[in-house]
Amino acid sequence: MTFETIFAGFGGQGILFAGKVVAYAGMIQGKNVSHLPSYGPEMRGGTANCSVIVSDEDVASPIITEPTALVVMNGPSLDKFENAVVKGGKIFIDSTLISRECKRDDVDVYTIPATQMAVDMGIAKLANMIILGKLVKETEMFTWDELKTAITKLVPASKAAMLETNIKALEAGYNY
Amino acid sequence: MGDKVLMKGNEALAEAAIRAGCRHFFGYPITPQTEVSAYMAKKMPKIGGTFLQAESEVSAINMVYGAGGAGVRVMTSSSSPGISLKQEGISYIAGADVPCVVVNIVRGGPGLGGIQPAQSDYFQATKGGGHGDYHLVVLAPSSIQEMVDLTSDAFDIGDKYRCPVMIMGDGMLGQMMEPVEFKDTDVSDLPEKEWATSGTGMKRKKNIINSLFIEASELEDLVLERQKRYDEIAKNEVRYEAVDVEDADIILVAYGTTARIAKTAMAKAKEKGYKVGIIRPITLWPFPFEAFEKALSKNTKKTFLAVEMSMGQMVEDVRLAVNGRANVEFFGRTGGVVPTPKEILEKIEEIGGAK
Repeated sequence: MTFETIFAGFGGQGILFAGKVVAYAGMIQGKNVSHLPSYGPEMRGGTANCSVIVSDEDVASPIITEPTALVVMNGPSLDKFENAVVKGGKIFIDSTLISRECKRDDVDVYTIPATQMAVDMGIAKLANMIILGKLVKETEMFTWDELKTAITKLVPASKAAMLETNIKALEAGYNY
Repeated sequence: MGDKVLMKGNEALAEAAIRAGCRHFFGYPITPQTEVSAYMAKKMPKIGGTFLQAESEVSAINMVYGAGGAGVRVMTSSSSPGISLKQEGISYIAGADVPCVVVNIVRGGPGLGGIQPAQSDYFQATKGGGHGDYHLVVLAPSSIQEMVDLTSDAFDIGDKYRCPVMIMGDGMLGQMMEPVEFKDTDVSDLPEKEWATSGTGMKRKKNIINSLFIEASELEDLVLERQKRYDEIAKNEVRYEAVDVEDADIILVAYGTTARIAKTAMAKAKEKGYKVGIIRPITLWPFPFEAFEKALSKNTKKTFLAVEMSMGQMVEDVRLAVNGRANVEFFGRTGGVVPTPKEILEKIEEIGGAK
C-alpha cells in the first residue's frame, strides 16, 4: 500500500509540520517514507507545500505527480493541485479559507472548517492538526493510536502542554 | 546501530560529519544548503568544535585549507555559485595534499542561477573546477541514508589518500526528509597524520604545507606521485549500483535524485514490457567504467539512456565508457526543473519503439 499525500497552503499554517507528522508516523510503523518540502521564495508569504509518501515499498521518486490524497488550506493550493489528484483519490478542503467547491466529481471530497474549529477551540494555530486528523481517519493511513503515538514522540517532552493541544486538535478532526 | 530518525538531508549530513569526527566547519550560507551551516552552528559549540561563518566562500575554503593542514577532520559546504568561489582554494588544497570534505548541494546555474535542484555542476566537480592536474573524489548519494553513509566514507577516503573529497547532492536531497540510521563509528583512534603541521613538540623536523614548487622537475615528481594515489582510488573506491542490466535492451544511467526518478520510470516501463535496467554511479569520479564493461560483456545491442538535471554532462563519461560499442542517448531537464517519471518513460518508449 502506498499513500502519496500533498499538503498545501500558506506559509505559517503548519503545512510542513502536518506532513512531518505523517512521515514520522509512517516511519515508526516501519514503513518507507519521504517528506519533500517546497523551498525558496514561495515559503515567504506565498504557498507552501510538501509531498509525503508512506509506502510498504521502497520510495523511488519522492516527487508526487498523482497524489492519492490532497490536503489544501487555501484557495491557490486547490487551484494548483486539484487536477493532479488520482481518480478515486481524496481531497481535504479547509472550508473556512476556501469558499469555492472542488470541481472534480471523480474523487472523494471532504470539507472541514478546520480554521474556524481551531479558533473556536482557542488553538488558532492548530488548524493543520485538525485537518490532519480528518485525513488520517478517512484514508485509514494510520489508526488513532498510531497517530497519537506519533505526535507524542514528535512533540518534545518539555512541551507537554503543546502536546495536549495537538492531540485535542487531531481528535477534533478525526471525529468530525 | 541506533534507532531510525526522520531528518532533513542537510541536517543528516552535518550530523554524519560530526559523528565521523569532524570538529571544524567553515561555511557561508546559501540556499539550498544553509541548514548544514545552521546545524553546525548549533552543535559545534556544544561538543568543543569550531563553527565559523566566514565573510565569504573564498575565506571559508582557505580556513578549511589551514585546518586540514593541521591534520583535523574539516568540512565546508555550499551550493553551486559558492562552490565556484571555492575553486581556487580547492586547487591549492589538492596541490598541497590536504584532506578535507567539500559539500555541494547543487542548484541551477550558470551564474547565480536559481535555487531549485540541478546537476549542472558535474563538469566542474569531475573535470577540474580549479586549475591544474588534480581530481576530487566525488560522491553522489541518492538518499538521505546514503548521504549519511558516504559522509563517513568521504572523511576516510580523504585521510587515506590525502585528497579533498566532494559530496555532491542537489537541492532536493538537501531539503527532503527521510528516515536515517546512524551507524556507531569509532573515531577515537584515527591513524596519525605525520605530515600535518600540528606542532613538532621539538621532537621532529617541521612539516610544510605548500602548493608552490618553482622547480619543474620537482613539481612533476609530485604530480606523478599524486597520480599514483589517484590510480589507487580508481582501483579501490569505485562505487555504483547496477540493477537488471544483463538482459536489458535499454539501460538508464542516472545518479543522485535523478536516479530515483529514473527508477520509477523504469518500473513503469517494465509494466509495459520494456526490458530496462539502470546503472547508478555513486562515485562520479572515479567514474564506474566497470559497470559498463559488465553490461556490455554479453552483447552490445543495448541503448544507454543518460538522464540528468543538466544539458548533458555525465553523458560524456557514459560515451567514454561505452566507447562506440553501443548507442547512447540523453534526456535532461535543467535550470532547476526536475524531470518527471512520465517524461523519462516517454523517452524509453521513443527508444524502444511501440509495444
